[in-house]
Amino acid sequence: MHIKYNQGYQQYLERMQQIGSTEMIINMGPQHPSTHGVLRLELVTDGELVKDVIPHLGYLHRCFDKHAESMNYGKSIPFTDRLDYLASMNNSHAFVMGVERMLGIEQHLPKRVEYIRVLVCELNRIASHLIAIGTYGIDIGAFTPFMWCFRDREHIMNMLEWASGSRMLYNYIWVGGLFYDLPVGFEQRCKEFIAYFKPKLAELDGLLSSNQIFISRTANVGILPSDVAINYGCSGPMLRASGIKWDLRRVDGYSVYPELDFEIPVGKGLMGTVGDSWDRYKVRVDEIYESVKIIEQCLARLMSDFARLPDFDPRAMVPKKATMKGQSYYVRAENPKGELGFYFETKDKSDVPLRLKARGPSFNNLSVLPELGKGVLIADLIAILGSIDIVLGEVDR
Amino acid sequence: MIKQLKEEIDKVFGSDVITLADTGLQDTLTVVPARLREVCLWLRDHPTFYFDFLANITAVDYFPEARFAVVYNLTSIPFQLQLTLRVEIEQERSLEHLPEVPSVSMVWCTADWHEREAFDLMGIYFTDHPDLRRILLPDDWEGYPLRKDYEDPESYHGIPIKN
Repeated sequence: MHIKYNQGYQQYLERMQQIGSTEMIINMGPQHPSTHGVLRLELVTDGELVKDVIPHLGYLHRCFDKHAESMNYGKSIPFTDRLDYLASMNNSHAFVMGVERMLGIEQHLPKRVEYIRVLVCELNRIASHLIAIGTYGIDIGAFTPFMWCFRDREHIMNMLEWASGSRMLYNYIWVGGLFYDLPVGFEQRCKEFIAYFKPKLAELDGLLSSNQIFISRTANVGILPSDVAINYGCSGPMLRASGIKWDLRRVDGYSVYPELDFEIPVGKGLMGTVGDSWDRYKVRVDEIYESVKIIEQCLARLMSDFARLPDFDPRAMVPKKATMKGQSYYVRAENPKGELGFYFETKDKSDVPLRLKARGPSFNNLSVLPELGKGVLIADLIAILGSIDIVLGEVDR
Repeated sequence: MIKQLKEEIDKVFGSDVITLADTGLQDTLTVVPARLREVCLWLRDHPTFYFDFLANITAVDYFPEARFAVVYNLTSIPFQLQLTLRVEIEQERSLEHLPEVPSVSMVWCTADWHEREAFDLMGIYFTDHPDLRRILLPDDWEGYPLRKDYEDPESYHGIPIKN
């Protein structure tokens, strides 16, 4: 590489060589379980204190942007599933919304399709938050919530597998429609699941949220003030835990969310300070309650106003070729982790993008870690990293 | 919104700094690269626009033209606005002379990692960036893979890449 363009790396090497005699460099990851994937954190430590955190990414880089430039929009949907692989439905929902908006067909979609999309997205949001809570518990040392979360998540996985044919990577939401209508009896089973899940959720909430050991480990740890959160581009539960009521489902009002009744939970600092790790955890728990509410409303409408009709075809609007005029568009949607954005740029009349960039929420949420991790204990760094809830599939893309 | 914004920017910075760009559905302004940082700082601190949230930075390569663009997607959280800024650079496609854009990482910290990614994959050099090194690829990688004229190397440290 040209010497001028290599200066950043040289500066980094020099900095690593100039550590003091009382300091030590520790590599956390890429195989460390609490990094939730293959993330390497280089820590400059002084005893138990972390002086500096340098994240190293890219172990899971799969060239999403480059792949997407060589195929049409419909073919990219399975790749979007692999960004945040814990919330595949939400990823493809955001992606197809952008393509539909560019094609100008988003107003003509059948309501049943929209309600099914929101239903599966919210189911997937619950599954993703269950993983976040469960693995956060295990980071802190609580093993039971982990088992409970995975037990309940398995029900959701089974239902989504029944609908789409795949357990995690669904390819269910298509440009202009769906892969298939919901299987017969899905609504009923989903209703039974919600009836089963509600008391379990209250039990889980009671087990972890007010647990004194858990509170001692998380309250007042990793406090993220709202201005820092905005400046670093944090979004989703991370931003809401800092006390900012910002939820794109309400701000943009996409799909059928304006017709649904739900609250936006924000961090209140009940156990410590607004924006600490406990708040980030609690916002996720509260969001599960809200998702349950949304699912109940979707089910009610899917079983009454927009009930299954024998001649209903969810693929009726799917374009044979998603050819559009040259334009650029940035679409954003609320993922479980935060604002997922796709920047599209198309040249001339084509169904292949000139440039497609995915803006993963975890990528931005993780970038605040060096700021949060300065001057904390190593054990607290684990608690902070767990509360950010990253998925490396989305950080590295 | 966009007309009013353009008038105000013209008043403050002069009429040759930004132009309206028609890119489809969203409001877009094209900014002269040399004045980018001032405009961004002004947009961030403006009392009635207050674009405090930088969502995304994308670098675009217009091969075979010798032209690159960097796109900034801004959001105003208090006023719920969205704005797209574009910077266009005419530059030869040589690895010795990368296109240069002023860094905005001192305006929004989000830009730090996004600019590193644009540098890593597209080879845009952001001047005055505090820590400009590769982020997704290994530090000793050669070339910028998202460029349209990029060709894969035969091997990396003895590991064959092409099959």
